[in-house]
Amino acid sequence: MLQIVFDSLSLGSLYALGALGIALIFGVMRLVNFAHGDVIAFSIFALLWPSTDAMAIVFAGQLPWYLLIPFVLLVGAGLSVLCEIVVFRRFRRANPATMMIASFALGFVIRYFLLMLFTSRPKSISLLPMLSQPVEIFGARLPLLQLITIIATVIILIGLTLFLRRTRFGLEMRAAAENFSMARMLGIRANRVIMGAFALSGALAGAIAMIFGSQTGTVDIQMGASIMLMAFIATVIGGLGSLAGAVLAGFLLGAASVIMQVVLPVDARPFRDAFVYGAVILVLLFRPQGLIAARGTKERV
Amino acid sequence: MAHLSADNISVAFAGLKALSSVTLDIRPGQISGLIGPNGAGKTTLVNVLTGFQMPTEGSVNLDGKPLTNLKPHQVRRLGIARTFQGGRLFRDLAVIDNLEVTGVGLGMSRRAAVAEAEAMLDWIGISALGGRAAGTLPYTDERRVAIGRALMGRPAFILLDEPAAGMSAQEATDLSSLVKRIARDLGCGVLIIEHNVGLVLGLCDHIVVLDSGAVIEEGTPTEIRQSEKVRHAYMGTAADTALPVAEVLL
Repeated sequence: MLQIVFDSLSLGSLYALGALGIALIFGVMRLVNFAHGDVIAFSIFALLWPSTDAMAIVFAGQLPWYLLIPFVLLVGAGLSVLCEIVVFRRFRRANPATMMIASFALGFVIRYFLLMLFTSRPKSISLLPMLSQPVEIFGARLPLLQLITIIATVIILIGLTLFLRRTRFGLEMRAAAENFSMARMLGIRANRVIMGAFALSGALAGAIAMIFGSQTGTVDIQMGASIMLMAFIATVIGGLGSLAGAVLAGFLLGAASVIMQVVLPVDARPFRDAFVYGAVILVLLFRPQGLIAARGTKERV
Repeated sequence: MAHLSADNISVAFAGLKALSSVTLDIRPGQISGLIGPNGAGKTTLVNVLTGFQMPTEGSVNLDGKPLTNLKPHQVRRLGIARTFQGGRLFRDLAVIDNLEVTGVGLGMSRRAAVAEAEAMLDWIGISALGGRAAGTLPYTDERRVAIGRALMGRPAFILLDEPAAGMSAQEATDLSSLVKRIARDLGCGVLIIEHNVGLVLGLCDHIVVLDSGAVIEEGTPTEIRQSEKVRHAYMGTAADTALPVAEVLL
């Protein structure tokens, strides 16, 4: 039982962090960034030497953890900001559908860049191997990593909340996320806020990459896609643009996946995802605006 | 003395004239009213004055210097603030944050913005609302917060777009006294757009009446009250209408 709770929380953490990364950017520029998944993959591949071998040759991975973690976060943030400057900035005035398609294209560029250097073979890596030892909590045996994932996610969420509530930049970002044009009219510097959102979102992608890479022990260039899909669904269920909603829905999706894995009859388990998506459809039928609707006000100037 | 003026402003939307050769003066400490039927171009004029709308012809001048090519936030930094119909606050932000973010946008340090936001809420008399999410406020409080937000950075001019819409008589009276204090105590030049003509007649020093994009009359409240043209615009009927103008306007 406790095992289920921890499994749900750790899977949910990944989805929640992913959803947050998407919601942050959606909030400030109404862009559904499908390249997010590929930023996740890139952040972890940045630790490896280009090679076609199945055993990854880690170069930056040998760093001690207190350097490794900032390195991956910085790579994610850096790539994300680069995407903004090189691509999305030119689409600032485009409609959301155009921006979304641009993000698909950008995602493919990143993915094929990785494909070129690393091929599509999954690679096994061992990041922070000391974390795979089991620990015993309340009678349940958990990998230490699972525990750390949950704790790290909680710390990230608290940190992000404090950042948004207590800092000047956070205040500007909250205002811009709710009503971007009004924030601009009040003199909030749009480029700075948007770049900040991309940097945060990219750093979250880096965090996911770290967690996912250590959990599975393998990396492949498609790894972002599966998380991205669930994370995107979480942002929609949570109410697009609502950060709290994205996190909540991420955890709910994680719990739904884990619980269905347990309660579904054995024969139905391969179809688990179909049941999860079925539940998603039900939620959207009853709450099309999402669990926590973001407040977008109609403009009349 | 600071002086904001719109000179010969014309605005055309896709060939349709929204404003034609409108001239308007706003002076510090003075309350001007802008009235007229729906679609007369009142909000368009405020948009032109605050940089939200480029005029097709004419210019907006602050102390004789043209503002016409400036962006809204640049106009705001020069001390010309506005409110919007319906308030348009950041509904998820606390009331105090709404004011604070405006101060920050004006270039204040965060500490200075907080201090001024607190002082402003206190001056308006809504300090108790500071911590509430703006989206949970009743209508009238929302309007007062919107005015507080516009007063951040102590602008020399404030343009109020239908601040009393939907208010009860008592609430409108309270609003009137707030507007008077803004002009008298802060020395702001106020321009108020209002459908509640009674409120405008009782409050303003000078009134401009727009109809179909043109100024059809201007003067003191007494002059406006007696104007044939104004009655025409509001009634849309012949001058020999049975209703005395006072009933229409009050």
